[in-house]
Amino acid sequence: MGQAYSAGLTVTDSIILKKERILPLKGQVLVKKGDKVTAETVVAETLLPGKVVPFNLANKLGVTPAQLVGYIKIEPGQKITKDTILAENKGLFGLGIFKNEVRSPVEGEVENISSVTGQVLLREPRIPVQVKAFMDGLITDVIEGEGVVIENKSAYIQGIFGIGDETVGNLMMLADTPDDELDIGKINESCRDKVIVAGAFVHYHVIEAAVKHGVKAIITGGIDDQDLKKLLGYDIGVAITGHEKIGLTIVCTEGFGKITMAQKTFDLLKALNGKKTSIHGRTQIRAGVIRPEIIIPMDFDESELISKEATMPVLEPGTMIRIIRQPHFGRIAKVTALPEELTKVESETLVRILEGEFEDGTKFLMPRANVEVIES
Amino acid sequence: MQYDEKRLTRIVATDCGSTTTKAILIEWVDGEFRQTIRGEAPTTVEAPLNDVTKGVINATQELEELARLKYNNPNIKFMENGEFVIPRKGDIGIDAYVSTSSAGGGLQMMVTGVVASMTGESAERAALGAGAIVMDLISSNDKRMNHEKIERIRQLRPDMILMAGGEDGGTVKHVVEMAELVAGADPKPRLGSSYKLPVIFAGNKDAQPEIKNTLAQKVDLIVTDNIRPKLEQENLGPARDKIHDLFMEHVMQQAPGYNKLMDWAKGPELESVPIMPTPAAVGNIMQAIAKDEQIEVVGVDIGGATTDVFSVFTEDYVFNRTVSANLGMSYSISNVLASSGLDNIMRWVPFDIDVSELRNMIKNKMIRPTTIPSLLEELVLEQAIAKEALRLAFEQHKEFASGLKGMQRQRDISEAFSQSTSGATIVNLMTLNLLVGSGGVLSHAPRRNQTVMMLIDAFLPEGITRLAVDSIFMMPHLGVLSEISAKAATEVFRKDCMVYLGTCVAPVGKGKQGKPALYAKLELPDGSKFEEEIPFGEVRLIPCEEGKVAKATLKAHGGLILDKDKNKELSVDLHGGKVGIVLDTRGRQPFVLPTEKVERIAALKKWMREFKVYPEQILV
Repeated sequence: MGQAYSAGLTVTDSIILKKERILPLKGQVLVKKGDKVTAETVVAETLLPGKVVPFNLANKLGVTPAQLVGYIKIEPGQKITKDTILAENKGLFGLGIFKNEVRSPVEGEVENISSVTGQVLLREPRIPVQVKAFMDGLITDVIEGEGVVIENKSAYIQGIFGIGDETVGNLMMLADTPDDELDIGKINESCRDKVIVAGAFVHYHVIEAAVKHGVKAIITGGIDDQDLKKLLGYDIGVAITGHEKIGLTIVCTEGFGKITMAQKTFDLLKALNGKKTSIHGRTQIRAGVIRPEIIIPMDFDESELISKEATMPVLEPGTMIRIIRQPHFGRIAKVTALPEELTKVESETLVRILEGEFEDGTKFLMPRANVEVIES
Repeated sequence: MQYDEKRLTRIVATDCGSTTTKAILIEWVDGEFRQTIRGEAPTTVEAPLNDVTKGVINATQELEELARLKYNNPNIKFMENGEFVIPRKGDIGIDAYVSTSSAGGGLQMMVTGVVASMTGESAERAALGAGAIVMDLISSNDKRMNHEKIERIRQLRPDMILMAGGEDGGTVKHVVEMAELVAGADPKPRLGSSYKLPVIFAGNKDAQPEIKNTLAQKVDLIVTDNIRPKLEQENLGPARDKIHDLFMEHVMQQAPGYNKLMDWAKGPELESVPIMPTPAAVGNIMQAIAKDEQIEVVGVDIGGATTDVFSVFTEDYVFNRTVSANLGMSYSISNVLASSGLDNIMRWVPFDIDVSELRNMIKNKMIRPTTIPSLLEELVLEQAIAKEALRLAFEQHKEFASGLKGMQRQRDISEAFSQSTSGATIVNLMTLNLLVGSGGVLSHAPRRNQTVMMLIDAFLPEGITRLAVDSIFMMPHLGVLSEISAKAATEVFRKDCMVYLGTCVAPVGKGKQGKPALYAKLELPDGSKFEEEIPFGEVRLIPCEEGKVAKATLKAHGGLILDKDKNKELSVDLHGGKVGIVLDTRGRQPFVLPTEKVERIAALKKWMREFKVYPEQILV
């Protein structure tokens, strides 16, 4: 059977996770295979090349690019400080009258000198960059000069959309039920440095209060499009997120609007209340799907670190599914049949459908593309 | 190498799109090549599967299942042990497998030139024509400071860079300066750091030695013929060919599973058939139609992430392609809203809707891009958004598809007071013969009438224009198939791919609501007649079958005109199609919708009823 449906987001109380933590450029790895690390451990660091400052030396000196070589005082690779003399002429009649010298505007080193354009490229000092482990775990591999592989056993939830980068804090369940709207009254100093869990929805003013009280991250069923725009100051056109700096990270488990958090997600978060949680909002839906992640590491034995091969979940009669578009958005049901022939739905679109049944026994037809499989 | 039916009796072709992998089966049946079966599956280039061939296997499995049902033969199989069986032996296997790909973001390029509107634009045209998305055009005169350009080059991480600049014998200094900026940025390729970034230099040949000095150590430098050897001459071929070679050698090698996919793509002699970027394959087919039928063509392919517009205009068949990288119906749907504004989308919606609900619906489609509208209201909304995405993409195309800029032009006295300059758009809707739509929202619209309405409302064709749609989105497949069998590709194109929808007649100019705008007398092939003095602001749909022609006498009133010669009266043959002949007197240049909501909704409902686009329940 062709798989004309979406693989569901992973929500599980136990998974063997494997994460590469790689430097943006080659550098130094600070840990070794077999080391136990915490989320906060710096595992690798490097120096990124500094900003390049192009500078037309020939123009500044008032000579042609070809003549520049006669006046230049520096060479490629040379370290320079601000005000180092880059080139100078000898003045009128070589007597130093109207002598012109050009000094470096920056500290760093000389990258390149061009006799064709008269341009020099100066590079500012290198910028140190560190990569942290992000999740507690075991270093199972070291990629020389590049980074490490960390593995652990975790409870793991993939969000559908998020904003804000990696952060770590203890989980704090603030919702009573999965269809709760988070009340502003629940946000206070006890939430500082925590990863708080709302139910179905979180309003703009509640997010503002959370930022004020130093909350690290919010996990919610849904968020309103206009609240998001207000938070960011712009409208998201294409879902590539994670770099936002709004004071905290937000992960939506269901989508936009008020949408009840999936019961399984809610129950799992409730059961793990108080646990250390690694979370990020990075989302990229095109060209290499990245979804936000909520990782709650557990104790494990090294022998448990064997991850299963990734497979597409199977859609067949009996499979539990979640509906991911109107009508019935967010509801859970069971597949009862998978008719092969194309079927016309209300919009008159001819699609491959499934027949399903809700918990209350109501039956329905639904395009297969509008459901996701709940992995058991 | 080209083959005919002696060697090709069953071919599988796939297009690995960013969302869906679409497979079609082409067979030699009853003395002709036909597209017989189609299957699809989600593309699997990304985690957790990270292997594009898994999606190809799933889509091919669907083909196999449907083939067994169609031929009532349980033994039919195209693959064994997860690989295609080539050549075919009876029920088992196929004679060739070909594929296009735009998965994983397609081919992403950065281009450079000296003057943005001259060599820069030529470089952009070459990259777009080769099927790339142009992430940025950096030129000596683009007003950014040099350090900003370096930062930008560093951030972008393209798949490759195309550098143009200077006519042969012209400036060396500016070209080298640009190379110095590229060298300073030390750019890294998007996929993996295990290889050097390919950089094609197609600029002033006198600058080649200096370019090599500046760049050869830092990047994988490939030098080819100047893209703009003279100001009045563009030479895009060599650069385009190099882009295709590098796409295969570098980019595809890095994408997950593509090594295997490239290995699979084979002709009947087991020779490898290159994977082609999807837009390049569609471009191939568009140019073939224009030349074959000696017509001017505009084609559009609206996808989930991007919208490509292709055009072939003028007697020299000048081909242009643009890609609007962030206008699409799923991944980029939210950007359509951001670019067009809510009011522009709502102007096509014939009912009231809670605006915040609509915004959240659009965002939910963005984050769950593979879902489809099963409710009628959601379909109407998606089609309204599609009209805006198409309109915006076409506006960008018109601006880009222009004559070469920077050339001296001799003007005669009649032009002395006109505003036309060198580099004006060559897209002329009045001379356009054929408008072809493609991509999910157009090809799979539940009613073909909806496709006609979307094409007309978005492109606003002028005068007399035939409308067609790619039946099930197979232009990419046929574009790459033509590499091994032009015969199979052309036959399938005519018989199964192109669905002629009909003809649109739209007089150009301003009129007064309710006043006579167009007299039309049509003698239809079944002997019946249509005759009406159609007032301004109306549409009429007259059924006329595909392959049939209506003899028409048309007469425009008031300031309206019907063709490029500014005729007010014409006797012409109008081609029928699946939908029929549309007489549209809503005006062009300008086309104006009522500004008052109540009036606008009433007008939309009237037109939609006439077009028979939606069931009555949504229009009451």
